[in-house]
Amino acid sequence: MISKKSLGNEIPALPAVEVDNVPEILIQPSKGWVSLNLAELWQYRELLYFLTWRDVKVRYKQTILGVAWAIIQPFLTMVVFSLFFGKLAKVPSDGIPYPIFSYAALVPWSFFANGLNQASNSLVTNANMIKKIYFPRLAIPLATVGSGVIDFVLAFFILLLMMLYYGIIPTINIIWLPFFLLLTVCTSLGTSLWLSVMNVQFRDVRYTVPFITQFWMFMTPIAYPSSLIENQLLRMVYALNPMVGVIDGFRWALLGTESNPGLNIVVSTIMAFVLLISGTFYFRRMEKTFADVV
Amino acid sequence: MSDIAIHAENLSKMYHIGKKQEKYYMLRDSLVDAFKAPFRRVTKLLRGQASGAAELDETIWALKDISFEIKRGELVGIIGRNGAGKSTLLKILSRITEPTTGFVRIRGRISSLLEVGTGFHHELTGRENVYLNGAILGMARAEIDRKFDEIVAFSEVEKFVDTPVKHYSSGMKLRLAFAVAAHLEPEILIVDEVLAVGDARFQRRCINKMQDVGQHGRTVLFVSHNMPAVTRLCERAILLNEGQIIEDGSVGQVVNSYLNSGLGTMAVREWRDIKKAPGDDIIRLIRVRARTRDGETAEAADIRQPVGLEMEYEVFEAGHVLLPYFNVLNEDGVKVFTAVEQDPEWRGRPRPAGRYITTAWIPGNLLSEGLLFVGPAMRTVKAMTRHFIVHEAIAFQVIDTLEGDSARGDFTGDLLGVVRPMLNWETQLVNDQFMSEDSAEARQVALVE
Repeated sequence: MISKKSLGNEIPALPAVEVDNVPEILIQPSKGWVSLNLAELWQYRELLYFLTWRDVKVRYKQTILGVAWAIIQPFLTMVVFSLFFGKLAKVPSDGIPYPIFSYAALVPWSFFANGLNQASNSLVTNANMIKKIYFPRLAIPLATVGSGVIDFVLAFFILLLMMLYYGIIPTINIIWLPFFLLLTVCTSLGTSLWLSVMNVQFRDVRYTVPFITQFWMFMTPIAYPSSLIENQLLRMVYALNPMVGVIDGFRWALLGTESNPGLNIVVSTIMAFVLLISGTFYFRRMEKTFADVV
Repeated sequence: MSDIAIHAENLSKMYHIGKKQEKYYMLRDSLVDAFKAPFRRVTKLLRGQASGAAELDETIWALKDISFEIKRGELVGIIGRNGAGKSTLLKILSRITEPTTGFVRIRGRISSLLEVGTGFHHELTGRENVYLNGAILGMARAEIDRKFDEIVAFSEVEKFVDTPVKHYSSGMKLRLAFAVAAHLEPEILIVDEVLAVGDARFQRRCINKMQDVGQHGRTVLFVSHNMPAVTRLCERAILLNEGQIIEDGSVGQVVNSYLNSGLGTMAVREWRDIKKAPGDDIIRLIRVRARTRDGETAEAADIRQPVGLEMEYEVFEAGHVLLPYFNVLNEDGVKVFTAVEQDPEWRGRPRPAGRYITTAWIPGNLLSEGLLFVGPAMRTVKAMTRHFIVHEAIAFQVIDTLEGDSARGDFTGDLLGVVRPMLNWETQLVNDQFMSEDSAEARQVALVE
């Protein structure tokens, strides 16, 4: 008791210089569109790392097959596709064995779809954290999408084995692969940002996401080549779906499909960035309401 | 103004609480509206106006025009009853929610503990959770590395650091979470009522640890219903009521006026919804209060008069031998006593279902002056299961009116001590140094008697 009461006198006055180094925070109501404040997100990069790491660690806990699921999902889909589309329906595959043709598309697609699926619900899943502690909210969907990279790497490893098996030697274009991966992240994250914010308000979103991914899959050249669309103008409209650029890019970089995606990739890239940037701004704008509504 | 840690000006926060009722005159209107509503909501959503899942038009001001300043190194308690706006204020200061109007300027690294163990994941091990939780609370990884052993030692779960937290008991989980929180080193610390949990011994260690924090010149903001903790920890208190500051001053003064204003109504506590009352399927607590002999609720009790501690409870399942008891603590957090029911009528007897009132009478002239906290609890004798325990459920004040007939007699200064019993005093003059004839005579008389 006594030591507590005398506390005030014990604290030495800090030199003025040091005082000025103290960070200052101003809390006030924000109106309308707010800045992205990516600097702050950078400050919290360790939290982002730990959240990603948590999502990776937790994902396959208490499953028998564990991390093998990352491979099983796209691989089995590939088997089914090869059987029905490749063998039975005889869907063309740009002169490449159908299994590897579809698998090369399914690897980035799984990454995209799983990311979208989990990230769009991520704010609700982490509601408790949002209500109890301050941190840049963007970290949550970012970590969720980011944690899928491990799955991607594993599935990609199988893709390399398959290429070895089919004797396909990647062209020099493989150096573009990281770019296409980045494009996948942008598309997945951009869409997730929009959906996750809406999901905070209306849980209807969670039920529509499976439909969205299903429709989106048909609009993306996974089971079929985009070369089926011959009209160049139509293909550019088609490429407004950023995943078209991603899949074409993957096939082009890895399997050397002769059609140079060129202009279509540009369209897809622009769309992916539009999605991401608009999503981030929308997210930042709505962020302040999360704790009260979620 | 370099010595100001927190400066808040005209803070207000409005919440939307419910649906405004609209009258429909025709079925057609309501149908049309049912179709239109989703579109209206979506437009609103896209425009960036938040509303909940429903049309939320009715509003409430959780905080209204709050202004205060907290100096660097001050230890401030925020008190007030439920719904007074304490939590909202904490949420604004911790940047979880934005104020509707006004602003706060905070100087210094700030950490807030609105809950212990935020972000704990039950599938991760203790070690992993320490890192995760530390990162969530704003510790750098290097800092956690450095403090890791200390944190684990503090939590006393060394043996289980590499076991998934889902296999921990709730006590262990809590201790680990606390240990992480206790090792935060912010310049400003905001703590919600998290100390109201955990076992008493560990609670004390946490409070000591927090006092350490205070002694290192940090600013601490502490919200609690636990008046002993507030009085012990803080030097200043802010009393909130209905979103406004009622009083701001030294902790003793503010706690006192809180208790006396009736805002506190600390001497009685009632659980209106029996489903949410403390207890289990066998028995639930309904009401606890301190009372006088006349049956009045005793907010302030005369030190000379007996005080009744009363608990009302409902027994749902017949056939259990029950043991109601009370824990009584003083404002320093010292346990004054634990008293177990001694009514011979019920001793060792299984009780039929029904509603009971058990009262323990504390005799007059036993307790010391000051604030006393009462925690009712209930056990089953045979299985030794505890059905409920509510720490510091109620509080009442013991007052000495200085009329000379209490244990203090004619002494008017401060008297310390946990109890102030009226003892039987005897004073004899055994050796009179300046023996006069009168007194010698008097002694003679006394000896004869």
